[in-house]
Amino acid sequence: MGDGGFFDEMWRDAGEVREPYRRFNAWFEDENPRDLLAKQREAEDLFRLAGITFNVYGRAEAEERLIPFDIIPRIIANAEWQRLSRGIEQRVRAINAFLHDIYHRQEIVKAGRLPEGMLARNAAFLPQMIGVKPPGGIYTHVVGIDLVRTGPGQFYVLEDNARTPSGVSYMLENRETMLQMFPELFVRNRVQPVQTYPADLRRSLAASAPAGTAGRPTVAVLTPGIYNSAYYEHAFLADQMGVDLVEGHDLRVVDGRVAMRTTRGYKPIDVLYRRVDDDFLDPLNFTPESQLGIPGIMDVYRSGGITIANAPGTGIADDKAIYSYMPEIVEFYTGERPLLENVPTWRCSDPDALAYVLDNLADLVVKEVHGSGGYGMLIGPTATKKEIAAFRRKLRARPGHYIAQPTLALSTVPIFSRAGLAPRHVDLRPFVLCSPEGVRITPGGLTRVALKKGSLVVNSSQGGGTKDTWVLED
Amino acid sequence: MLGKTANGLFWMYRYLERAENTARLIETGQRIALTRSGASDLEWRPVLQTAGVYDAYLAAHQDVTKDAAIDWLLRSKDNPSSVIHCIAAARQNARLVRTALTHEVWEATNGAHMRAQHLLARKVGERDLPAVLGTIRQATSLVRGATHGTMLRNDIYDFARIGTFLERADNTARILDVKYYVLLPSVTSIGSSLDNVQWETILRSVSARGGFRMEYGNSYEPQDIAKFLILDRRMPRSLAFCVRKLRDNLGYLVECYGKRPEAWHKADHIDRAYLSHTIDTIFDYGLHEFIQRLLDLLSELGAQIEKDYRFYE
Repeated sequence: MGDGGFFDEMWRDAGEVREPYRRFNAWFEDENPRDLLAKQREAEDLFRLAGITFNVYGRAEAEERLIPFDIIPRIIANAEWQRLSRGIEQRVRAINAFLHDIYHRQEIVKAGRLPEGMLARNAAFLPQMIGVKPPGGIYTHVVGIDLVRTGPGQFYVLEDNARTPSGVSYMLENRETMLQMFPELFVRNRVQPVQTYPADLRRSLAASAPAGTAGRPTVAVLTPGIYNSAYYEHAFLADQMGVDLVEGHDLRVVDGRVAMRTTRGYKPIDVLYRRVDDDFLDPLNFTPESQLGIPGIMDVYRSGGITIANAPGTGIADDKAIYSYMPEIVEFYTGERPLLENVPTWRCSDPDALAYVLDNLADLVVKEVHGSGGYGMLIGPTATKKEIAAFRRKLRARPGHYIAQPTLALSTVPIFSRAGLAPRHVDLRPFVLCSPEGVRITPGGLTRVALKKGSLVVNSSQGGGTKDTWVLED
Repeated sequence: MLGKTANGLFWMYRYLERAENTARLIETGQRIALTRSGASDLEWRPVLQTAGVYDAYLAAHQDVTKDAAIDWLLRSKDNPSSVIHCIAAARQNARLVRTALTHEVWEATNGAHMRAQHLLARKVGERDLPAVLGTIRQATSLVRGATHGTMLRNDIYDFARIGTFLERADNTARILDVKYYVLLPSVTSIGSSLDNVQWETILRSVSARGGFRMEYGNSYEPQDIAKFLILDRRMPRSLAFCVRKLRDNLGYLVECYGKRPEAWHKADHIDRAYLSHTIDTIFDYGLHEFIQRLLDLLSELGAQIEKDYRFYE
């Protein structure tokens, strides 16, 4: 059932089911498709009632939409997962070391492995962080590494989300929904649990509290507010961790500490898990014209009075131009060969690369260096001539804003449709927690699936759905 | 607890209570229209006044008609006290304080919102009105039930209750404010069928007909009705009941926070100075003046709570 040369994770070409899906398929074949369709609708009702929605930017105000959920799980064998985990851990450790280095001695530049211009002329590089030592030495407390697969054992890192990765609530709610709808599946398959994530997150954040924090650290989640597209997730995580969910206007610097306004006065915060961009952290230090943020929080941060997770300035590590240097970065800081592969990347700021990209636009994927969410992106093979021409003009005007990559043959996993199982392209975002206690990777992650036949765009804002992701026990 | 969270809880439950009150007022209005011969559309004027939306209604309409009044109370996006708007606002506040609510309370609130959106998407025909209002009241009752059954009795619960009872007291006071004249003993047509209908209307609009009958039997005396709605401490929508609940819940906050703020003293003052008399004293004071004074005091109490518990600053 794999078609068009794409690697299907459930089926071999001969219509033979792959090992991790064997038990699932036995169950599936015994099920009545009509019952499953009803279950699919039931899942939607469950999500809607729970209010698991996201807001779409540029749509009618406060419109809330559901991310479509597909009931066929994406299943990964434990051995495969172990291999991936090692690669992810190596990468995340390298990213932390890289961030520390570029905000201190910049050895990697001195060693000639990264051009100085990549930092100096990069908007994601925060000069305010130079010389700042984050509590516990951790920069990226929460990371989401986007992986795609092209063949057996063939994974690529597409992106390192090192600022404020989102989607973890879907990982948890998808599992919750599957447990509720198909309990028998979890009796037949031994699936590694993901439900420990909120407790792990809290523990990891608490372990990153400033030195000298007395007693149990006070943790809070900082959200831009209920109109933010990921508000549901912010509230969900705060709720699951049993901590307060705050907005900028709830916070103020009091006696050299960042404190939240409670019914009994101002209470200092030790660890702030912020889900806002750097620009909205501190109007005094970053964006003087901004009404948002907490004036003076950066001064408290620099004096070691609060942990901000992730640290300001981590965006440089998931910058798409820096991405192309990741193999070097991993090698430079770990002394090992990278276990996970990077997608070959052309930096359009380089004239030779630009010339190649312009000649091969129809075969390439072109991305904005600072973009995210699948916006402002060209997918050559599916683009119209007009779109390609428009992008050609953009590239010529500001080549430094773009990178290009070959179009990857993303693996497929079947979705459940009226016509039965139908292969669709997927990616995978595992979630990684870092603290002075170590690196912890939740077995599973968020599988995003392009619901449209043939589509390679999995972003929820552009017609993508999600699946429960299983990592089997041995 | 965050000041913002206390504020959100306070308003979430105020809006839920208001949604129920508006729904009940529509039911009452509809009931009069159906049971009284010669009833005219003008009957809807006091209903709109009681809901506190008469002026806004007039700004948007030429005259008072039954259909327009019902639609305004039920579905208007321009009327902040319409049922659909109250439920949406309650749910918006619930989203804001999601971390303070149990899963059950959140789902019940979200479910009430989904139902209201569905049922009130189009104009509701007369025949469907009772069923629609019944369903909505059930949906909001589910939130209340989930609140009672699953929420910890801590400050979160206290702010929810404070919002509930402030809104309820305000609602009962407004019903009395609009209809006080039919309760005055000096009205000439005492005992006329007109009065009977008016009195019944008052009792219906606070769901108190059954309770009143249990206590006073079938004969409506205006004095008894006033006493029941103002001073009866067993009647869950009476002013005395609501104000005492407000003081109780503010008292629990005192226990929880170890500080007795101005708001508690204000609630205590309302109870002692205004709601610990006989009904005769109130009539001597002037029923209308009394109700007006209470409405002012309740609004001051609301502002004080906001300040004492740092809702905004």
